[in-house]
Amino acid sequence: MTPLLSVQGVSKRYGTHIGCADVSFDLWPGEVMGIVGESGSGKSTLLNCMAGHLVPDTGAVVFDTRADGPRDTVTMSEPERRMLSRTDWAFVHQHARDGLRMGVSAGGNVGERLMAVGARHYGDIRDKATDWLARVEIDAARIDDRPSTFSGGMQQRLQIARNLVTGPRLIFMDEPTGGLDVSVQARLLDLLRGLVRDMGLSAIIVTHDLAVVRLLADRLMVMKSGHVVEAGLTDQVLDDPQHAYTQLLVSSVLQV
Amino acid sequence: MTRTSEYNFAYLDEQTKRMIRRAILKGLAIPGYQVPFASREMPMPYGWGTGGVQVSAAVLTPDDRFKVIDQGADDTTNAVSIRSFFEHTAGVATTTATAEATVIQTRHRIPELPLREGQVLVYQVPIPEPLRFLEPRESETRKMHSLEEYGLMHVKLYEDISRHGHIATSYAYPVKVEGRYVMDPSPIPKFDNPKLGDCPAVQLFGAGREQRIYALPPYTQVVSLDFEDHPFEASKADHPCGLCGSDSSYLDEVIIDDAGGRMFVCSDTDYCDARQAQGHRGKDAA
Ligand SMILES: [Zn+2]
Repeated sequence: MTPLLSVQGVSKRYGTHIGCADVSFDLWPGEVMGIVGESGSGKSTLLNCMAGHLVPDTGAVVFDTRADGPRDTVTMSEPERRMLSRTDWAFVHQHARDGLRMGVSAGGNVGERLMAVGARHYGDIRDKATDWLARVEIDAARIDDRPSTFSGGMQQRLQIARNLVTGPRLIFMDEPTGGLDVSVQARLLDLLRGLVRDMGLSAIIVTHDLAVVRLLADRLMVMKSGHVVEAGLTDQVLDDPQHAYTQLLVSSVLQV
Repeated sequence: MTRTSEYNFAYLDEQTKRMIRRAILKGLAIPGYQVPFASREMPMPYGWGTGGVQVSAAVLTPDDRFKVIDQGADDTTNAVSIRSFFEHTAGVATTTATAEATVIQTRHRIPELPLREGQVLVYQVPIPEPLRFLEPRESETRKMHSLEEYGLMHVKLYEDISRHGHIATSYAYPVKVEGRYVMDPSPIPKFDNPKLGDCPAVQLFGAGREQRIYALPPYTQVVSLDFEDHPFEASKADHPCGLCGSDSSYLDEVIIDDAGGRMFVCSDTDYCDARQAQGHRGKDAA
């Protein structure tokens, strides 16, 4: 089997400061990878390098494209990469306002990716938007409302719908539950788990919250100071941490 | 040529005109692409068509016959002042007859009389960027143009339909040029959009404040954006002209008395006058 995403020796420096150093791993189809660490651990740098938002100094990020098989997304042309990022990839930002168009209705937000890939039938676009609002538990009556009138949890669910409407195969998530109330977090996590399972999605979730990875991630990488210090099956890593830093994390001494 | 001794021909110096002509040629070579240019101060405020005036200044020659229309009319303050500006600074002949003009500067309309080869239509453009209202970042809109990422244009039309039940955009209706660049045709009514395409005249667009020039060479393909189930319609008021009886020209609704009486008349005054001179009469004609 070919990995859906193969990260090979990715490093990124900011001057003399290490963002992330020599990170390698394979993500298999249908797999959810969690990346945990404190702020400054390099997990967000790594995520942005994988998603094409940052250019790594060295290394390859090889994605198994539908048309041409495995391709290094670091060296592919920008139009190809941008096309990938609105078709087969999705990116859920921590702050929904970074991932939504706040001046556009909920339906328009969900429909944008469809229109970006050539959908030109209003009725079809609206039907799909309605369907996706239901799938993320937003009342269809809100389809013409702007996200600025939505609660934080609803905005985050709308961002997810907007990302998943084109049926991507890989979703990057940056602290998807950050900043939400605990009860809202739980509902969002349940929703995400259901969507990932139903759609057979592969996902990479960056978070400082071990509860999030415990619920969603099949495998886990622990990062510290730009390096991966421990990796393995989620339950194994959390229940029997080997690295001293992971032991500290798990004992929640370092949990923010 | 006493007048031109006071000014350089058509006000701008030759070097500036060359710079603007280079931008125009580039625009003609890449139809619909917005070419940056170094807009000059003109002796009139922005909003008075300084972009169009600079383009006209760069293309006018002493042999040209110049016409200016504002919302279709030759006699508004704006049209009169631009016409007299070039009478004084270039000494060119002027006209109100579309058929006789070689260069026509316009705000908000395309003349009703079909344009012909050899004519130049110069549009005054307030906001050249059609993606602006949904994506304010210039760096991002430039990238969208270069990568042909135009989904956002349809988001605007989607929002229109979701709010009004139909595409309510009736001015500055976005078009796609030669299957490549999405372009703002300036605030002409969408009724005029079909005249943009396959037009024998050269069409030049000048935005002074925003420092952009773009162009449509003769016989360019121009398509108004739409949805399959909400196709583009070049609509107009469903009346004949009260003065000349035309049922195919774009109409303005004008109030004619204190009692709120109204009539519909051609917005293109030259077209309406010419029809009346030929003996056509509408129901409100005296
Ligand atoms: Zn008339």
